[in-house]
Amino acid sequence: MAGLISRGFLGRRRPAEVESRLPPGQYLVTDFPVLSAGPTPHTPLDKWSFTMEGLVRSPKTWSWAEFQKLPTETFTVDISCVTKWTKLDTKWLGVTVDTLLQAVQVDPAAHYVMAFSDGGYTTNVPLDEMVQGQAFVAYQFDDKPLAPEHGGPARLVVPHLYFWKSAKWIRGLRFMERDQPGFWESLGYHIHGDPWKEERYSGD
Amino acid sequence: MEQPVLQWQAGTVTAIRPETLKTKSFTLELPKWMAHRPGQHYDVRLTAPDGYQTQRSYSIASAPERMGELELTVERIEDGEVSPYLHDVLVPGDQLEVRGPIGGYFVWEVSLGGPLLLIAGGSGVVPLMAMLRHRAAQHATMPTRMLYSSRTADDVIYRDELDALAASDRTFEVFFSFTRQPPTGWTGYRRRIDAAMLGEVIKPFDKRARVYLCGPTLLVEAVANTLVQMELPTEQIRTERFGPSGA
Repeated sequence: MAGLISRGFLGRRRPAEVESRLPPGQYLVTDFPVLSAGPTPHTPLDKWSFTMEGLVRSPKTWSWAEFQKLPTETFTVDISCVTKWTKLDTKWLGVTVDTLLQAVQVDPAAHYVMAFSDGGYTTNVPLDEMVQGQAFVAYQFDDKPLAPEHGGPARLVVPHLYFWKSAKWIRGLRFMERDQPGFWESLGYHIHGDPWKEERYSGD
Repeated sequence: MEQPVLQWQAGTVTAIRPETLKTKSFTLELPKWMAHRPGQHYDVRLTAPDGYQTQRSYSIASAPERMGELELTVERIEDGEVSPYLHDVLVPGDQLEVRGPIGGYFVWEVSLGGPLLLIAGGSGVVPLMAMLRHRAAQHATMPTRMLYSSRTADDVIYRDELDALAASDRTFEVFFSFTRQPPTGWTGYRRRIDAAMLGEVIKPFDKRARVYLCGPTLLVEAVANTLVQMELPTEQIRTERFGPSGA
């Protein structure tokens, strides 16, 4: 994307191996910024559940204790927030969406997923971008329980999309036939959100 | 909701005004100006001669009533890449690429009504100032209070304007708190925002308050949690946060 040359701007260059991992317009951070639209929900673990619903033969709900028994994997992934920061090599422990899908029979008509969270947050992701290890529900970050302000007890992580798609405080997935905008997607943010295509805002 | 496609445009810097030692306000004239909603932000993009680019988001400080132009207030981050350029290199007459306005949740307009409680930590006051300027431009009278926490008196952005607004508008009050060095003779708050302080400031509004809260993550987390404990409905609390990042 061409741009007006900014008089006197040289920029801060990173080593090529870092630069090549930063999507267009992004900059590197080493801390972990927090962004959310409202107060952080604090759901006690004995009240927490995770539900797969919508276009499935019969919905499935796990309690926190049951969810902990699901097979986990560790993931080391780069994450990019639409507010421009990218954090490399973040380390998570969680359950892949593939594992969760084994517990339900999804209707072949389902092509999209709406993730929903405590506090009413929602975000939409195409179903084919949730499978084959592309998305997971994480409850540990850096070998520690996921902090509430970062989405704990559990958050969705879809590292190949902008981080607003990685719904904090997730409570379930709803399977849908047609794509529908979630919270930010109906407030001017891109319906898909691929950082490498710089799909930040509606119309990008 | 119909969304406009946001395109990059080259704004012309028409004025640069120091606000505090670390913050400056930049006025840009935009060829394709459109009215923003107070609380929204713009993206700024810098391009080096070899094509290298970087972007940041900055809150709009001006009211949408100022047609054709835009004011961004930016804090200079010591080891930052963009804010030192804006502070140290940019001069009036220069062009700056921007696109916006962006964001549709942390916004307040007169039509949303009050009572309105604006809570700021540090440069988190910027989007709240856009709301206050819009409210003043519309001569709106819904009861409004601002609670603004700063480290020292020198760190307060828009101090004179806030004092003048409070002096001329009976429906607006501002409460400052200083966490490190209050001004000489200061008799007001001199601590981090806590439950007692929030209780005092929110009292006349009680649970009807519409709260907009912007500042560093720790402040926003603490204040939002306290407001929830005070049983303010969560849908009345809108937050915007910035961490140590955001250079």
